[in-house]
Amino acid sequence: MKANVKSSQLDRRTFIKVTTLAGGGVMLGLYSQSELLGQRGGRGGQSAARPVPETYITIHPDNTFTIIAKNPETGQGVKNTLPAIIADEFDVDWAQVKVQQADLDPKYGGQREGGSTAIPQNYATMRQVGAMGRAMMKQAAAEVMNVPVSSLATRSGVVIHRRTRRTATYASLAEAMEGMTPPTDAPLKDPADFNIIGTAIHGVENFEMVTGKPIYSIDVEPEGTLFAVYEKCPVFGGTVESANLDQIKGLAGIQHAFIVEPQGQGRNGLAGGVALVGDNWWIVNNARRQLRVTWNEGPVSTQSTEGYNAQALELSSQRSQAPTEGGRSSAMIGDVEAAFADADQIVEAEYYFPLLSHAPLEPQNSTAHYKEDGTLEVWSPSQIPSLAAPGGTAGVDNSAVTMHLVRSGGGFGRRLSSDYDIEVGKISRLVSDERMAAGLPTVPVKLLWTREDDMAHDQYRPAGYHYFKAGLDTNGKLTSFRDFVPSINSVVPANEFPRGFVPNFWASRATIEPFNIPTGAMRAPSTNGISFVMQSFIDELAVAAGQDPVQFRLDLLANPLGEAAGQGGAFNPERAAGVLEAGRDMSNWESRGDLPDGRGMGVAFQFAHRGYVCWVVDVTVDADKKLKINKAWASVDIGRQIVNPSRARNLVEGGFVEGLSHMMAWEITIDRGRVQQRNFPQYQPTRMSEVPVEIETRFVETDFDPTGLGEPTLPPAIPAITNAIFAATGVRIRSLPIVKEGYSWT
Amino acid sequence: MPYTLTVNGNTTTVDVPEDMPLLWVLRDVLKVKGTKFGCGVGACGACTVQIGGRAVRSCQTRISTVSAGVKTIEGLSEDGSHPLQQAWMELDVPQCGYCQAGQIMSASALLDSTPNPTDDQINAAMNGNLCRCGTYMRIREAIHLAANGGTGRGAK
Repeated sequence: MKANVKSSQLDRRTFIKVTTLAGGGVMLGLYSQSELLGQRGGRGGQSAARPVPETYITIHPDNTFTIIAKNPETGQGVKNTLPAIIADEFDVDWAQVKVQQADLDPKYGGQREGGSTAIPQNYATMRQVGAMGRAMMKQAAAEVMNVPVSSLATRSGVVIHRRTRRTATYASLAEAMEGMTPPTDAPLKDPADFNIIGTAIHGVENFEMVTGKPIYSIDVEPEGTLFAVYEKCPVFGGTVESANLDQIKGLAGIQHAFIVEPQGQGRNGLAGGVALVGDNWWIVNNARRQLRVTWNEGPVSTQSTEGYNAQALELSSQRSQAPTEGGRSSAMIGDVEAAFADADQIVEAEYYFPLLSHAPLEPQNSTAHYKEDGTLEVWSPSQIPSLAAPGGTAGVDNSAVTMHLVRSGGGFGRRLSSDYDIEVGKISRLVSDERMAAGLPTVPVKLLWTREDDMAHDQYRPAGYHYFKAGLDTNGKLTSFRDFVPSINSVVPANEFPRGFVPNFWASRATIEPFNIPTGAMRAPSTNGISFVMQSFIDELAVAAGQDPVQFRLDLLANPLGEAAGQGGAFNPERAAGVLEAGRDMSNWESRGDLPDGRGMGVAFQFAHRGYVCWVVDVTVDADKKLKINKAWASVDIGRQIVNPSRARNLVEGGFVEGLSHMMAWEITIDRGRVQQRNFPQYQPTRMSEVPVEIETRFVETDFDPTGLGEPTLPPAIPAITNAIFAATGVRIRSLPIVKEGYSWT
Repeated sequence: MPYTLTVNGNTTTVDVPEDMPLLWVLRDVLKVKGTKFGCGVGACGACTVQIGGRAVRSCQTRISTVSAGVKTIEGLSEDGSHPLQQAWMELDVPQCGYCQAGQIMSASALLDSTPNPTDDQINAAMNGNLCRCGTYMRIREAIHLAANGGTGRGAK
């Protein structure tokens, strides 16, 4: 298919400036009057208001190019992907490109990682950046060669005059561009001419990783760095009453110790605690064994998972009277109760999934240096880097904060909160003030949490309690569907399938309180738990209707009723059906009846973060509830273009593997206001022996703008497996994690 | 206490407490940072190094107990020419990459003792190394690839 080819326009007030760089090379400068007047758009969280090549491309004398990677990299591959899009439109070879991570700077527009947004928000603008650069090169060549722009082509960083085959490298043209009037038209490539997009773009730091180069946030250690730990109350919201700081300060290797008062509230607040700072991290962390803190635990110390569970059960009696508030938290379409009365068959089920911690493998950390001149330099691993996070606690205006974005060892939503930046800003200020008062030079401070700190002080994926009831008519057709959710900041599936495909639909909630455990987004919010309950209950309905679980879903999708389901009405049932049909086809679903006893196949699909994903999974379950995944098939529709097929497949597989952790073993529980799980032995991620030998992935290409893949494959992986367990055993899984039901890996 | 140890062929003396884990001697004293901190309790494998050719968790290894040469990811090859490093790059294994140094050091010890491992042997040797991003399938393939001199998958 022929994709839209659009052009970028520059106005006539824009001009080119060429900056010669120390050590050789030039940076392309493209300035407009409005930008000179300081009206340049783009702040944290917004998409780039005015992408211009000078922000992104440096041309070196040897005709190689440095291209800026604007967004934080936590493993999703955006450090490859966004520069690759620029490089392709700029029409240079990937081998000619060196990628450089941007600092946090408004000139790049939004610089964040979350919500699988990098591609949908930047695909078009990154193409325009590259195309603008290519147009500038052609214009420069036209003037140097004295030929029309239309007679020129580009390839591999070279402008070519088609008829005479005369050539000019981009590097040879760069300085000639000074003072030129920029082109007014920058046509995008026809996607058929892409030579980087759509190819396997390997990780730009793979070499550094396999040779152990210090590229992670935890490796940041400027000259003179001191190391910090931060002891917080195990009960959420607790504060320090007193601590034996005098004794701690006397320990070898300890240089500073402070009681830190809380500041602000919520996810961007500073929790109170005790900061210890010294010569190396292990010695400082060891000093915590001798630290004696008297905590004011506060009101949360009365809360527990048992209490939340008991309240959920009690509230469940309200499920046929719960108020419907509208918006995202509830929905009522038709008359569910009347339809239940008319139904031929009623199916009821209760589902549960727990609080989860993100547990990225690199523990939280950040490095900051409050300097004598009142400025603050920070090295941050945040997914949503913010100058105000460390600046606010260090008492430094945003204009005096420099923030470097450093690769981190996994995000998964954990680094959407910048608590480590907030803490290190405060600790750095306290250390520098104390040192300056003593006539000592200031030094950088590196804060590193332990694994236990991270598990105890996360923003947890909210648990879900779901009380379902549905009615089927005599033909097995779904006529009514209800979900009631006693909520601890929980997701109510008010916009989820089968809404829009069943005449009577009711989703409502009641609030469990008090609930004061911090919650936040985890990979594939809000469907990472919702997909399990909805796609499992749909599976139950298919079984009750005596129908094939794939066909039952397809039949529902084929009959949209008015307002469509899913995330602001964006849900496209044809795309959902497309991935289901692909999954049925590639997995040989129709012959699953031939499988031996104890083996079964399950299916689930999900619309998540603009993508459509179907998983079919083949499992074996033995008499001791030992589970083995034999194979899994993913069919994925994220539009017309997979920018980087290698990373895309890796993320599909990673989403499935994370789903295994959610399903089998992960649960965070609260006792007396504190998290009970301490470290990986109590919170086991999936290990190698548990993953199948093969996951087969098919990308279903449809003519829609490309979207992201960090998240969508995780949610339906879980119900596809639990539905397969049902197919294999006849036992329905309604509660996660399944280790609590006696299951384990083969 | 002064301790003399050999890391990647370089012999050096450090003056640290006897119970300081090798991980922190490497990272914070010797500034050899390829070896990573993940859990501190020997449960994730991010800190895996080799001592006398055996894969060990350096966060659980007191400096006073180190009695043979230490090899870290930096010592496998500086130029990325070791077959495992090559295979990791060829198959584009990493996502966040944080676990991969530990994965490669476990894999390297495995191939030294079992040059052509089966999937089951790989799973057994690698099960102590967590990959939170879930790149296990590519890790397994990369070990097979390296075992076969870069020519493809051998034993199953």
